[in-house]
Amino acid sequence: MSKPKVGFYWCASCGGCEEAIVDLHEAVLKVVELVDIVFWPCAMDFKRSDVEAMADGELAVCFVNGAIRSSEQEEMAELMRRKSQLLVAFGSCSHLGGIPGLANLYDWDMVMAQSYKEAPSVDNPEGTYPQPETPYNGHTLTLPVLSNTVRTLDQTVPVDYYLPGCPPPANLIVNAVMAILEGKLPAKGAILAPDVALCDECERKATKPDKIAIKEWKRPHLAIADPQLCLLAQGFLCLGPISRSGCGAPCVKGNMPCSGCMGPTDGVRDYGGKALSAFASLIDSDDEAEIEKVLDGIVDPVGTFYRYSLPASFLHRRVMPGPTREPVAAGTDGK
Amino acid sequence: MFEPKIVAIFCNWCTYAAADLAGVSRMTYPSNVRIIRVMCSGRVDPQFILDAFAKGADGVVLGGCHPGDCHYVEGNYKTLRRYRLMRRMLDQMGIEQDRLRLEWISAAEGDRVQKVMTEMTETVRKLGPLKLEVAAKVHAEPAASEGVNA
Repeated sequence: MSKPKVGFYWCASCGGCEEAIVDLHEAVLKVVELVDIVFWPCAMDFKRSDVEAMADGELAVCFVNGAIRSSEQEEMAELMRRKSQLLVAFGSCSHLGGIPGLANLYDWDMVMAQSYKEAPSVDNPEGTYPQPETPYNGHTLTLPVLSNTVRTLDQTVPVDYYLPGCPPPANLIVNAVMAILEGKLPAKGAILAPDVALCDECERKATKPDKIAIKEWKRPHLAIADPQLCLLAQGFLCLGPISRSGCGAPCVKGNMPCSGCMGPTDGVRDYGGKALSAFASLIDSDDEAEIEKVLDGIVDPVGTFYRYSLPASFLHRRVMPGPTREPVAAGTDGK
Repeated sequence: MFEPKIVAIFCNWCTYAAADLAGVSRMTYPSNVRIIRVMCSGRVDPQFILDAFAKGADGVVLGGCHPGDCHYVEGNYKTLRRYRLMRRMLDQMGIEQDRLRLEWISAAEGDRVQKVMTEMTETVRKLGPLKLEVAAKVHAEPAASEGVNA
């Protein structure tokens, strides 16, 4: 019997998820023994045309990482969906939108202007933007078009399972692959990680007091954290209480607060809303002016509470005032 | 004229009773407001507010007991803290802070309900409709029913 075929694909991502697969170390050999990897642009020389030549559903499973924010990523998500029996959203960006999802605070014009005109490192006096089509020596060169909005994978195509994390922890990846091979998967739509908060597996759990009262929020680059005590009790914005476990709390082991890459547990629908609720409630004051002063310590609420999940949030994004170019018309700059 | 949709979430002990009083006293206020009763303003999970905006509310009003009067001692203080942070976060997302309002209204202040509802309707009317680009999951099969589990 031939081995099940597996694919990996990346969209708007940093490459850390590919790294996570390499980080399986010897366990990757066990995986390779059991499956055939037939598509993995980061590591292997198979082309899109190879996937297009496959029958629909020929791949047993495809792991897609990265958010969806270009015409090419959308096409590839649809292609991989069609060719795969199971589609797994791999990592925070694919699952919830991730860091690239914070671009939803801006629109197409602002993102392009910042990237190609205004950033201090840009040298582009004519303000040229990447063009979807460029004639060159009698040929036409093409580039994908950047979308106005960053979406999660499941806002683009139906997704069967989710592997959370930035990147997903090695043990969860191996468990997921084994569960798929052995046909021991939970109901579709499940997140393949434990459904308890990170505090539950945190080494500092015993030092978490019953009642936490905060007079001042601290930031990791401005204060030195005690390496043994609960970070939240010390006043650091540690998102452990509202984040999913399964990662083994490596950030806390490194004396850094949890930033919530594993996303929420099953009972929470809007991660940022729940996080806001948790941290505001801990403030030890009933006086409006003093509450405001304590809140000044949360410098970037959206970046803190929706760091990995803005596209998956209830509000998703505001429709920006002013003219926003249709992404299809992208290509000319605003001269 | 733009008719805004306003969701009001009132606590059972003070503000909802005040709205009742406004009703039996035949005070009128704009019909733009839909009132939801909760046991305490502290029960208002910020997810409810975000969900209201995402589902088409142009403004949200929270009503609770005056400081010191909370039936559950400190529920309204928790609401106050969340509300202050919520306004900051909405602002960062490009949503006008005035679309969210918190008011302390005791059971005797029916006239205050009338005033706040009228003011809020006018404020939100001036701001115009809240335009969000709400994204939904793509489902292969019919979606399972979802409820806010908070």
